[in-house]
Amino acid sequence: MAISRRTFIKASVAGAAGISALGFNLQPAQAAVRQLKIRNAKEYRTVCPYCAVGCGTIAYVHGSGGLNTTNTVIHVEGDPDSPINGGTLCPKGASQMQLAISPRLRHQPLLRRAGAADWEEVSWEEAMTWFARRFKDTRDATFEERDEQGNTVNRCTGIGWVGSATVSNEDAYLISKTMRAMGLVYYDHQARI
Amino acid sequence: MADTLTIKRTSGSASAFIPMDALRSSGPEYSKLVDISRCIGCKGCEVACKEWNELQSEPTANFGSYQSHKDLTPNTWLLMRFNEIEVGENLQWLIKKDACLHCEEPGCLYACPAPGAIVQYTNGIVDFNQENCIGCQYCVTGCPFDIPRYSARTKTVSKCNMCIDRVEAGLEPACVKTCPTNAISWGSKRDMLAKADKAVETLKQRGFQHATVYDPSGVGGTHMMYVVPHGDRLADYSLPTDPTASPAPLTALNFLKRIGAYLFGFSLVGALGHLLAFGQESPDEHE
Repeated sequence: MAISRRTFIKASVAGAAGISALGFNLQPAQAAVRQLKIRNAKEYRTVCPYCAVGCGTIAYVHGSGGLNTTNTVIHVEGDPDSPINGGTLCPKGASQMQLAISPRLRHQPLLRRAGAADWEEVSWEEAMTWFARRFKDTRDATFEERDEQGNTVNRCTGIGWVGSATVSNEDAYLISKTMRAMGLVYYDHQARI
Repeated sequence: MADTLTIKRTSGSASAFIPMDALRSSGPEYSKLVDISRCIGCKGCEVACKEWNELQSEPTANFGSYQSHKDLTPNTWLLMRFNEIEVGENLQWLIKKDACLHCEEPGCLYACPAPGAIVQYTNGIVDFNQENCIGCQYCVTGCPFDIPRYSARTKTVSKCNMCIDRVEAGLEPACVKTCPTNAISWGSKRDMLAKADKAVETLKQRGFQHATVYDPSGVGGTHMMYVVPHGDRLADYSLPTDPTASPAPLTALNFLKRIGAYLFGFSLVGALGHLLAFGQESPDEHE
């Protein structure tokens, strides 16, 4: 039987179709697993700032730490070696990476002027001047040197101060010393509100 | 990579209903254990889940419950459900950690027609691979626990993957690690079952006569088990009392698919054979 070129090509196509139908591979490609995002990160042990419990945390950081590099926090989770929390964190602690990277972080002071409904962004200079003026006036008006019994008290009851969970140790020390020196007695921390 | 992960079942393939034989003996089967009696409802696990998996936050509003969101979404893989139920004379929070239970016999995987979109590993994790997902949402119907959620934006379905990247690297899932009251624990299924039994015993001593372990046999057991203090009120915890998943429809479907493929192949081969044996019919040869 003579096989013409036309028949041969037809046979090849039919054969290929037959093979691909029979050998149809139902086995899918190997599933790829996402890589651990902290695999190359540096670990920095630190303490959760949000309350007085002081849970140990690990901040995972990308960046070589070189002179020209600003490191970036990529993940924060509990420190399993901490005797305080053994790696666990409450919802606030678990979200504390937001302290470093949240796009909602404010970098400018906000001021709500008397009678205004909205906050407005002001310069640091303006905010500090405004603050110093108000602080001095209020302190001068409400400072008590002696109480009713004549005891020396030297206190300023017209001002309250709320510390922040996110300031550093050094900031907290300065705030504490300054406010005590000003005679403030209503002095508390944001974490307890 | 993935030395510690061996595939057991893959959707849309023969191995969906006949588990692959592992060449090496596989490692431990892992399980989460959620002791509901220890949960204080802080939702740390929800936050840790969002943080680790980099899921976008979703604005929510107060709708009269302590619950953060109304339902799971493609971006919320873990939701603490706060069911306020009267038990005896007390109003109680029957809290449920609503997330994928990672069934031993996964209804989602059985239902999935897309090869490689749903994979079960020998350690028990059932993982969705969105790049293979065709968005048909059969898994949503196939899941007896109503967990997978379809995203109209990405046209794929998502759910908790038990932090498979962490587990692969030897870490516990994020929700487990963060839980401050040890309500969620992690370990081999055997150890977790032992721990669950102990917890149930303690609960019974404290007067919860119906305390039980939720590890439903209808789906071959799960890789997230619950210790339920009020075991007689599973429905109030929004836990299905008798969830089932079976590969039977899929087995039939795959059998038919195979037969179809062979028939198609044989008919082509037959046609080819006929062509070679008898040649092409042409009007000239008949004369």
